[in-house]
Amino acid sequence: MNKKKTTKKSTKVKKSFDVRGKDGTSGWLYTDKVKDHFFNPRNFMRFGEEKKFKFNGYGRVGSPACGDEMVLWLQIDPKTEKIKDCRWRTFGCGSAIASTSVLSEMIKRKGGMVIDKALKLKPQDIMKELGGLPDRKVHCSVLGDKALQAAINDYFRKTKQHDRIMVEGAKVVDPDLKITDKDIEDAVLDGAQTLEDIQKKLKVGASKPDIIPSIEELIRFYREKYF
Amino acid sequence: MLSKPKKIRQVYFDHAATTPVDKTVVKSMMPYFTDVFGNPSSLYKIGREAQSAISLARKTVAEIIHALPENIIFTGSGTESDNLAIFGIAFAHKSIGKHIISISIEHHAVLHPLEELEKQGFEITYVKVDKEGKVFTKDIIKAIRPDTILISTMYANNEIGTIEPIAEIGRELLRYRKENKTAYPYFHTDACQAAGYLDLDTEKLHVDLMTINGGKIYGPKGTGVLYVRRGVKIKPLVFGGAQEKKVRAGTENVPGIIGLAKALELAQKSGPKESERVRKLSAYLWQQVSKKIDRVKLNGPQIGEDRLPNNVNITFEDVEGEAMLLYLDEYGIMCSTGSACTSESLEPSYVLRAIGLSYEYAHGSLRFSLGKENTKEDIDYMMKYLPEIVKLLREISPVNMNSKKHPKYK
Repeated sequence: MNKKKTTKKSTKVKKSFDVRGKDGTSGWLYTDKVKDHFFNPRNFMRFGEEKKFKFNGYGRVGSPACGDEMVLWLQIDPKTEKIKDCRWRTFGCGSAIASTSVLSEMIKRKGGMVIDKALKLKPQDIMKELGGLPDRKVHCSVLGDKALQAAINDYFRKTKQHDRIMVEGAKVVDPDLKITDKDIEDAVLDGAQTLEDIQKKLKVGASKPDIIPSIEELIRFYREKYF
Repeated sequence: MLSKPKKIRQVYFDHAATTPVDKTVVKSMMPYFTDVFGNPSSLYKIGREAQSAISLARKTVAEIIHALPENIIFTGSGTESDNLAIFGIAFAHKSIGKHIISISIEHHAVLHPLEELEKQGFEITYVKVDKEGKVFTKDIIKAIRPDTILISTMYANNEIGTIEPIAEIGRELLRYRKENKTAYPYFHTDACQAAGYLDLDTEKLHVDLMTINGGKIYGPKGTGVLYVRRGVKIKPLVFGGAQEKKVRAGTENVPGIIGLAKALELAQKSGPKESERVRKLSAYLWQQVSKKIDRVKLNGPQIGEDRLPNNVNITFEDVEGEAMLLYLDEYGIMCSTGSACTSESLEPSYVLRAIGLSYEYAHGSLRFSLGKENTKEDIDYMMKYLPEIVKLLREISPVNMNSKKHPKYK
């Protein structure tokens, strides 16, 4: 495993791994830390614990592309705005489970992370903590920060701090137009059925034909989910 | 968190991916690496010996599938055989027509060449399969047009084990050709998964082309067969020599060919008896899983006549396949999944999608494909840990398929 190089400007993880090496040299390319969190997940909501666990922030997010879904319960101290405790549940592959588990440790560390800082957590931070993820698996960890934002927004809603609610962070499908999967979802719920329908509404993918398959995948997914 | 066994038992349940090479097969191959290493095209002794060994292998394969030796083309894989069959027919007969019929649950080795042909102006009709993956003969026949040159239907599906009615399609096709006084369309079947378990008699199946793969019948990887009925012209894909009747140029993989023929011979011998034994094991596996784990579903046909004896494909509700797979791997148990996370595309299995499974169900599927070294003990060993693994992953999972609506729309 090569050492990661990070610069001050960017926390982008330079070296990522595939579950299977393209050259066929290695089998398991998840890091030991990913494996540890996967096989020994921390802080997840056990059966029967839902009723007992006191929380004031709840977030649920799902990414259709890989069939991942994640729920996060937060216990935030209103005075210090620190995350005192948390629980989670994740439907997904190895990296999705590991990245949620490691996120739960990150936000509970040292008496709890202040929510303003937690809101700034990026997928790259989670990946860095895990020591890298396979290329194709990066979208799984993107879910962790989104769940966190959703749960903190829920806390703001419950504590009537509506001005602090952040616009839902969604996965950008078309970087040129800043179109997210949320936009596609809304368009489908709005009646769009085909790629043409979506493009009429959003012009998505017009400049980038290579993203068309992923858009079509999203359309299919949402159509099956809701209709 | 989960209990660990004192000793990890290696349990291989992925025979549909590939099989271990039989020791007898390895033995039969050995002389052709170092002693009889000659190029079969060479005229001196070790060349001639290699040539006659290949001839014998060709005869063996031909007899097993009820064909003539000159109908057998040795290739480098099942995938190559499929490619050669499809492109070979398409390019040789495109003046007759550019329409091909297939089914949506074919292996990629068939689907991708068809997609490529589509780009080149061919038209492909994918006939629908039912919820068990079965295609109806009448639907295939109905799809035939005057410009149809080829029908390609797999013998048995690699993911869900559905056996397609090849002999019936073949018979109906013969009638169609006779009635319409035409030689078209030709009929190809991919028998990679069927070999070793189902009857490969090309006379009974009425196929014009058939694919077999050495690496799935306890033979060496990198070997394949394409049967091409006499009188059916195909255009080669590889040029550069007169080998394999000029249809597949390149020095023959002599040990591979010998090994493949030996493997097919062994498969033929053990055939019905081994099929029955493995089918019983499959039934036991499914019976154990459905007894000890709740909310599970068998994908594909019931275990019996309509299903490949060694295939069990199960969806475990609310859990994701890759996660289960990786946990099982920790216990030495090897199988595969239809989950997106193991595919290149991030799309769950197209086969499971084609038989109408929702994304959630497709993501939670595991395929166990059994083989000749598996025993009841292997299943008992797995069943010590699988219920625990599923329980843990369900506890971690926020999904509950029992509730009909997505939580977002409650």
